[in-house]
Amino acid sequence: MSLTSVPKPISGPSSYLDDRIGAGNFLKRNLRKVFPDHWSFLLGEIALYSFIVLLLTGTFLTFFFKPSMEHVIYDGSYDALKGVGMSAAYASTLEISFDVRGGLLMRQMHHWAALLFIAGMMVHMLRVFFTGAYRKPRELNWIIGVIMLSLALFEGLTGYSLPDDLLSGAGLRITEGVAISLPLVGTWITFFLFGGEYPGEDIIARFYSLHILLIPGVLLALISAHMILMWVQKHTQMPGKGRTNNNVVGAPFYPAFMAKAGAYFMFTFGVIALLGTFAQINPIWLFGPYTPADISAGSQPDYYMGFLEGSLRLMPAWEINVLGFTLPLSVIIPALVPLGIVMTGLALYPFIEQWVTGDRREHHVADRPRNNPHRTAIGMAGITFYGLLWLLGANDEISWTFHVSLNWTTYVGRVLVFVGPVITYIVTYRICLGLQRSDAAVIGHGVESGVIKRLPHGEYIEVHVPPAEDIEAHMRGKEPIPVVSGADTEPNGIPPKGLRGPIGKLKAKMSKAYGGEKIPLDDGHGHGPAHDDAGEHAAVGATDDKSITH
Amino acid sequence: MTDNMKDIEQPDERVPKRVVGTPSPSASTALLGREENTGTVDVPGVDLQDEKTAKKGERIAALLFTVTFLSGIAFIVSYVAFQVGDVESAKLSNMTLGGSLTLALLSLASGLVVWVRMVMPKYKLVQERHAMASDGETRAYVGETFLQGAAESGITKRPLLRRTLLAAAAPLGLAPLVLLRDLGPSYSDFPEKLRHTVWGEKTKEGKHRKLVVEGTGAPIRAADFNSPGGILSVVPEGYEHDLNALAKATLILIKFRPEELKSGTNLNWTHEGIVAYSKICTHVGCPAALYEQTTHHILCPCHQSTFDAADGAKVVFGPAARPLPQLPIAVDEEGYLVATGDFNVPVGPSFWERGDAEAEVRENGSQS
Amino acid sequence: MNRITARRRHPLARYAVLLLALGLLGFSYTLVAPTGERADAAIASGRADDVAEGKKLFQQSCASCHGLSAEGIEGRGPTLVGVGAAAVDFQVSSGRMPLATLTAQAPRKKPAPWVNEDTIRQLGAYVQSLGGGPTVPAAEQVDPAKGNKAKGGELFRANCIQCHNFVGAGGALTQGKYAPELTEATPTQIYEAMITGPQAMPVFNDSIITPEQKRDMIAYVIGLQHEPNPGGAGLGRIGPVTEGLVLWVVGISLLVLAAIWITAKKRQAQ
Repeated sequence: MSLTSVPKPISGPSSYLDDRIGAGNFLKRNLRKVFPDHWSFLLGEIALYSFIVLLLTGTFLTFFFKPSMEHVIYDGSYDALKGVGMSAAYASTLEISFDVRGGLLMRQMHHWAALLFIAGMMVHMLRVFFTGAYRKPRELNWIIGVIMLSLALFEGLTGYSLPDDLLSGAGLRITEGVAISLPLVGTWITFFLFGGEYPGEDIIARFYSLHILLIPGVLLALISAHMILMWVQKHTQMPGKGRTNNNVVGAPFYPAFMAKAGAYFMFTFGVIALLGTFAQINPIWLFGPYTPADISAGSQPDYYMGFLEGSLRLMPAWEINVLGFTLPLSVIIPALVPLGIVMTGLALYPFIEQWVTGDRREHHVADRPRNNPHRTAIGMAGITFYGLLWLLGANDEISWTFHVSLNWTTYVGRVLVFVGPVITYIVTYRICLGLQRSDAAVIGHGVESGVIKRLPHGEYIEVHVPPAEDIEAHMRGKEPIPVVSGADTEPNGIPPKGLRGPIGKLKAKMSKAYGGEKIPLDDGHGHGPAHDDAGEHAAVGATDDKSITH
Repeated sequence: MTDNMKDIEQPDERVPKRVVGTPSPSASTALLGREENTGTVDVPGVDLQDEKTAKKGERIAALLFTVTFLSGIAFIVSYVAFQVGDVESAKLSNMTLGGSLTLALLSLASGLVVWVRMVMPKYKLVQERHAMASDGETRAYVGETFLQGAAESGITKRPLLRRTLLAAAAPLGLAPLVLLRDLGPSYSDFPEKLRHTVWGEKTKEGKHRKLVVEGTGAPIRAADFNSPGGILSVVPEGYEHDLNALAKATLILIKFRPEELKSGTNLNWTHEGIVAYSKICTHVGCPAALYEQTTHHILCPCHQSTFDAADGAKVVFGPAARPLPQLPIAVDEEGYLVATGDFNVPVGPSFWERGDAEAEVRENGSQS
Repeated sequence: MNRITARRRHPLARYAVLLLALGLLGFSYTLVAPTGERADAAIASGRADDVAEGKKLFQQSCASCHGLSAEGIEGRGPTLVGVGAAAVDFQVSSGRMPLATLTAQAPRKKPAPWVNEDTIRQLGAYVQSLGGGPTVPAAEQVDPAKGNKAKGGELFRANCIQCHNFVGAGGALTQGKYAPELTEATPTQIYEAMITGPQAMPVFNDSIITPEQKRDMIAYVIGLQHEPNPGGAGLGRIGPVTEGLVLWVVGISLLVLAAIWITAKKRQAQ
């Protein structure tokens, strides 16, 4: 191995750097850092690379955009608005779209990248949630992620308001209407945000500095922290052959992972360019300049705000007046409660789970979603809740497209938003158990080989063979969910200290329900926990048993 | 958790050493020609590609990189060749610029993937993890050092130092908050602003303010607005382009047959079946203006609050809690529609200090 | 003959025969149908009494819902006294009338077979004779080329988009009603809709929005119909809802596929 002969153009600068910052030690430890391979581990990178595209395209846009609400008369090249009064912000957005080469492309790519940024965060977060990758020691990174998601929503809101068109203006008006309805501080918040009465002449410039400086700055810092923590803690891995809680199996950072990450960056960039080229987004020239006097049918926010729109639409008209003060519940509840449930729920979940299971160990092997059925069911119920609100945020488009009564979409939605998550919870839970059972069957009895065999006494059976090693290892990665010790004390026994009192009892109860081994892997013969269909399973198992050949 | 450890290959310290360097300078195709050099050494977990696959991968990747190269040139050419300046040319420019950029990026991405998958080895390296926590000794050392440092600095022993430092920080910490004060307006009676609109002001000549058509600015002769089932978006004369005024004062003007109006509407504030309501939804302030002349319903497109325009714009559906306020109107001596006063309740979304203005109006009796 | 025999089993043959039969039926219907015959006769004679012809047409095709003398029938159709020829032209030329079935709202559809310029004129003349009302605008009055798009756009945004959407894509109203899309509306129909207020639509009479202003609005709407989408596929031009859908269906799916390709392993036989 003639490794001493590093080419001069590389050895020169690298020894220069090493002499000054000791880069060699760092590289020695990290060049071959191992990254586990799984497609779902790349989802977070969608968000990361979208962010980079956002920075690039956004910088281009700032060169031409005028964040000013000064009233101007348009005299650009878009005929249908010639001579119309509008804000300088809107006029400069028209200029970017029609009079700057590549301006329309950059605008569209910026907007698509923004949508993709948040979608990437969402799918990444769901992956982390369903595989339990937020568990110790990664809770902090999870919290950072939740903060970034909230910031990204705000970044999106401030961004799509900037062109000052009639569509985004409607969103701004709703934002104002929500802010002013807050008890005690509502009027203060709005008058400070808008520099006086709505809409004032400051909001675009203020949103602009938030949008291009403050929030991206904070996001950048948080992204760095997120990446550093990921690097230090090393990535989780899916269970599999040779993978344990104490190792990482995969490809080295240099050269394989680096090239893969580079490829994925280019894919993300390319898909954004593809959408920016072939799918028109936010055609503000069709919307017209903002005025608080007008609005269009079908005014909608970008999709990530859709769930707030939906909850505002579903709410019945409740308003309380006490002692000369007004509490507009029909605004406050839908604006704050679903957002609060989703965001707070996300932020607290790792800690709640820890409290319920009493599990304080480090986890580096990801759970398969089926192996923690309650968590998966809770996650799916959350998705249903969010998804229904999101869907109902577009109930006018649904009503229009499918010719159903607008009012009935609301009535049905009001029920569904409560019933839907419950049904999803139950169904998901049953599906998880079913999948666990099928795993147990594979481990216990092998997989169907497709070979039919006739036994001496005339019976035909299909030969079962043991599963492939890697599949078996993947399945055997299952671990029972811990239960707080002492949770299964006899009813008349004395529970341990932490489980006394009403909260302690609740904890014990929840822990017992949440944790434990519901379908043991190696015990698929029907004498597991008394589930109603265990008997049926045993029957199937009996036939299978004879047929297994090794 | 599997404890099946027997087939884990444990690469040792050789791994990083092997890669810090690059292949020998003699190989000019160094990056793609790994196999020809020293890569034949069998490192556990590094499964080299056979030369045939690698060669094929090299060709495909090279082809894709060439596509990227050509698309990049196409991008530059499109920039120069296609000018913009109207919808058609913007479309063409967007298509050519975006198309070439997309092609360039996607083929670069694909080339990289082919490179990784067909040229680079298959890896199954294993690295140890260590518990995140430091060992007890380290923790103890850090704790000790921290306390020692604190003691050395004197911050624990010298309360005067500590307290004055804290006191010193407090006003500085508040300073930025103080600076934010001027984000808001100089007055602080915000709620009062929300209670009035420009309809309450008379014109410079001391006359009632005229209602004018939004978009044309033309005043409205009551005799002209004579088709039952008609509706019009209306703004105050003199404030046609003042967005702050419009955010509160925009109206919808509706013409009814007199017999269609119900008790909820204040008939004294109408003129021959013409009624003016605030266009600003009482829910969160969207302009509520979808009017169905058959049902007399006004629908807000944002959250679908529905108001019965024939009956004082009371809420019949949706999240809005209060009717759209009605504006008192009449005609002036020339027959134009004018506002004879302001709304008697605040328009638009509810706010904390608003109170039940409708109830107050009812109690104070009919001052209309 | 042989060729036809040979090809009659072609998969498309049955459709061809069906089309032919339908065409024949339609053709013979127009020949046989009294309306067509009379209209032709009226034109041929050159001294047609439009009102009388219109009355006959009305009694054949409209009276079942609107009453024999257009006085309206409770629960079926409103009175047509005073709606004017413009309303007739709008409703009949856009295929909304005669109504096929009673729904929350009459949809735009292909006009009935007897509908042509002459029959509409005759019907209109009859309805006009009942109690006046708005008349059909002259071609010059609705010529989009003579309107100012930008001014029309301002009026369109002030008065129309709340129901018909920024780009005339239409929108939902209460209880199953809707504001139709304006993508197929002709200049004349747009004008007539404004002055007559069909179905749930309010009226915008000529004394408030002048005919010139209406022509500006027509210029804007027709301009929208013909304006290309510079940014690629228009996605229905309805904004964030379809954009979000495309992002998840196309964007995320493509990237997930890319991720799978990058990380996919060939299972090695060991």
